[in-house]
This record gives sequence, C-alpha cells and structure tokens, in this order.
Amino acid sequence: MRKWFSKYSQQIFLLAVMILICIILTAESKYFLTWKNIKNILEANSYRMILAVGMTFVIASGVMDLSAGAVVSMCGVIMAVSLHAGFSVPAAVALGICSGAAMGALNGILIHYTGINFFILTLAVSGMLRGISLMVTDGKPITRFGQEFIFLGIGRIGGLQLSVILAILLVFVSFPLMFHMKWGNYVTALGGNKDALEKSGIHVGRIRISVHVFLGATAAVTAVIITARLNSAEPNAGMNMELDAITAAVMGGTAITGGRASIGGTVLAVLILGVIRNGLTLMSVSSDYQQWITGFLLLVSVLISEIRVRKTGALMK
Amino acid sequence: MDTPVVEMKQVKKRFGYIQALGGVDFKAYPGEVTAIVGDNGSGKSTLIKILAGGLKPDGGEIHIRDRVFASLTAKQAIEQGITTVYQDLALDNCKDCAGNIFLGREIMKCKILLDHRLMRERTKELLKRLHISIPDITQPVEKMSGGQRQALAVARAVYAGGDIMIFDEPTSAMGLKETSRIMELFLDLKKQGKTIILISHNLFQVFDVADRICVLHNGFLVDSFLTGDSSPQKLHEMIVEKEEEMTDEEMV
Repeated sequence: MRKWFSKYSQQIFLLAVMILICIILTAESKYFLTWKNIKNILEANSYRMILAVGMTFVIASGVMDLSAGAVVSMCGVIMAVSLHAGFSVPAAVALGICSGAAMGALNGILIHYTGINFFILTLAVSGMLRGISLMVTDGKPITRFGQEFIFLGIGRIGGLQLSVILAILLVFVSFPLMFHMKWGNYVTALGGNKDALEKSGIHVGRIRISVHVFLGATAAVTAVIITARLNSAEPNAGMNMELDAITAAVMGGTAITGGRASIGGTVLAVLILGVIRNGLTLMSVSSDYQQWITGFLLLVSVLISEIRVRKTGALMK
Repeated sequence: MDTPVVEMKQVKKRFGYIQALGGVDFKAYPGEVTAIVGDNGSGKSTLIKILAGGLKPDGGEIHIRDRVFASLTAKQAIEQGITTVYQDLALDNCKDCAGNIFLGREIMKCKILLDHRLMRERTKELLKRLHISIPDITQPVEKMSGGQRQALAVARAVYAGGDIMIFDEPTSAMGLKETSRIMELFLDLKKQGKTIILISHNLFQVFDVADRICVLHNGFLVDSFLTGDSSPQKLHEMIVEKEEEMTDEEMV
C-alpha cells in the first residue's frame, strides 16, 4: 500500500489539488458545479488533452517538441487550402493528419540523425512552419468550410462533443500503448537510457521518429478540432499550445528527463489547468492571468520533477 | 585445438588523434574463458565494443563462426549469439529488474501485450538460480546498490543465453561473496560450452577462471598465452614493464 502511494504520489497530489480547487470554485460560483459548466470544461480542453497526451510520449522519450503549436497551425492551413481546392472532408482531414505525421517525422529524423539539441531544432522547425503558414495564408484566416467539416468541431454524439469522445478514446488507447505494449516500453527506455535500448538491439532511430510521428498526428487532430470549431484556419492558431501540453505532461508526473510517464497524471493536469481557466473566467479575471498561471505551474512542475529526479538519483543515467 | 568461434583480424580504431586499436588480432574458443588484460587505455573496452556492435572499426575483419563482418551492429551481434555485460552496465535506471532483463526480448501475451506478471516470475526464478539477492525486484534500478546493478546486468546476459558472452569488468562493484558467485557462474557457463570473453583488472581473478590470456598494450596485442604458462606476478610485471617502456619512449 505504501509502495502504491509512493508510486502514484504525484497523481494523488494532483487529485487533491483538483478537489481543493473545485471546492473553492464551487463556493465562489454556484454555476461552477453544474453539468453544463463541466461539459464546457471538457469541451474547451478536449483538444488540449489530445496534444498533451502526444507530448507525454515525446517527453517520456527524453526530449520535447516546441514545434507542436506550429504543426497545429500548419495542419489547419493545409486542410483549409485543400477543402477550398475541392477536396472532400475525409480527404482533407486525411491529408492534414498525414502532414502532421510527416512534420513529426521531420522532427524525429532531425533530432536522431543530427544530434543537435532538440530545443534548438524544434524551435527552428516551429519558426519555419509558422512562416510557411503565414506565407500561404498571406497572414489572413481562411474561412468557411461547410457543415460537414464544422461537425468535426462542434458536432455531438450521444450528448458529448466529438472532440471530447476523441480525447477519451485517445486516453484509453494510450494507457495500453504506453504501459502494456512493446512500443511504449521502448519509448520510455529511450528516455531512460538510450544506450541501453540500442545495446538491446532495438533501432533507436525508428522509435525516436515514430514517437514524433505520433505527436505530429495528435497535433493534426487538434488542428482538425480547432479549425472546424472556429470554421477558420488561422496562421497564428496553436500559439503557445506546446507550452500547455508540456506543462500538463510534466505536472502530471512524466519525468522531464524522460524514462517515466504518466498518462493519468497528464489527464489530471489538463483538467486542473482547464478548471483554473474556467474558474478565472467565472470570477471575471482577465485572460492575461491564465498565461501567467500556466507559466508559473510549468516552473513549479519542473522544480518538483527535478527534486524527484535528484532524490531518486535518476541523474545518474 | 578447436576452431575459434570468434576471430578478429587486424582490427583498427581511431578516435580523432588517438589510436585506440592499431591492428589487433584476437581469438576466442568455445568452452573457454579468454581474458583480455592491460592497463587503462590499452584498448580492451574498445575491442569488445567493436565485437558487441557498439562501435564501428576503421579496419580489419570480424569472423564469427563461419561468417565474416567488416563491422557489426548491436542487433547483428545479438543475432550472432553475442551477449555483453558492459562496463557502464547499460541498464535503464527507470525500469525495474524485469524491465531491464527483458528489454528487447519481452514476453508477450496474445502477441501484442507485455506479460508483466510472467516476466517478473521469470526474473525471480533467474535471480534465485544465480543466487542474486535483490529484496524488491519491482523497484527501479536507480534505487539499487552498485553491486546489485552489476549482478542484474550479469543476470540479463545469462538470460539472453548467447553462445558468446562478453563480460567487461563484471565484478568491479561487487563484494567478495558476490564476486565468487560470479566466478562460479563463469565456470558453469564454460562447462556448458559457452565462449566467454572476460575483461578484468583483477589479475588473480583472471587466473582463477581464464584458460587463455591476451595482453593488450597501447592498442596492440603484445602477448597471448595459456593461463598455465604464466602467473599473476609475471603478468603484472609484464604490464608494468610495457608501461615503463612507453614512458621511456615518451621521455626520449
């Protein structure tokens, strides 16, 4: 029992924080604990959840991807241009997702084969993708895609928005993928000790590229939801979204140095961030504070992660 | 004499300006422990890393049974039945014992899911068989002592079960009791007909288990003999002599 508590200490702490925030917000606003508001929180954070789960895999593999937000923007633009060019909705969505996966693959290839620091590489890729988005759109949003496409953003099945269902499905698929399948095992091993994985006869490059392809695909799905919801593809879409995703993953207990991951923790962290945003809106606090709070929470999470790493001696790797 | 299972011919390796191996010939025979000894920087670890697929040589040939390679990848080395205990142990500190022993050779259920339960059971059995005492096998490796980690790396190599086993300083962090158990293990593996390549600084340990000793110095093989033809003292004198010769040459 003690071991179980020790293993899941961060998640238990997050759950306690979440309950505490909910109690405070319920006392502050009678509207907070209504089904309508809970649905609002889930819908507003579904795409953040999707990207954060993708980022959790990448962080578990020992790196970060600062281009995830730019991939969201680029995929949105690709889908918008293809829809306007007469592509059917399934074809445009498939093209967008394949493009996201390809951009992820580019990051993975660059990180693995050049050996250049992932911060610099993904930052450079981010700048390039944002630049392309701006060039293609001339800095203006591309709008009006038709009801069939908009359904992907705001359509409901069984009372739940499609994006929420997608997020729930992804979370359920990610659990076995991360903890009960070879690929997830190799992803965490890549973050834990790349040499050990390589010396076990595993092609490290393939794992590195595939984990970035996975994040690229989740960024593309995020782009589908945002573009459809806004009925507009904007070159500035997805701005700072990678910051939210990294914050959620690290806050959730995924080791910033890689090797350890927590999908449940990421889910809880996305919900906490969502509840905080919602609470601030209900209390009529300026949205400027939301950015500050996200940055602050990332700082605190990284500090906690670093302390945990030092305490367990994981820096030895 | 048997045909060597492993034969490395004129293997060369440079790291920038430093010549780690200047054309080494090396042989290892089945059912024998071949020790590689030499001072620090003599090229021992570089040689076995090349054989284990961790480094690409600049020249030479690697013969494994009847196959010839210019270089090996880690995967090719494993396919050729080579298992290695590296000096840095190559363990994933975040994973537990089973996670490390079965990394790359996982047991699956229904072909797609990892069978964690069975892997833990097999790990327990393996550690018990090898008399390795790790009280909690579910804790991450980072929480284990140096000796336990080293024993785990040896257990992983034994589980992998290759015909050619390389041990690079396998007992450097172990206590006397654990070391003697590992030495017994070497003799056991030898009886099973395995080809064992041992790197160790402990010359007495080498003479206890090795059948053949290769002496490396400054990236060259300077001597190779059967254990019975020498003694730890003589070998120690030879290594020191070579070191002094080099110091004299440097002074000149």
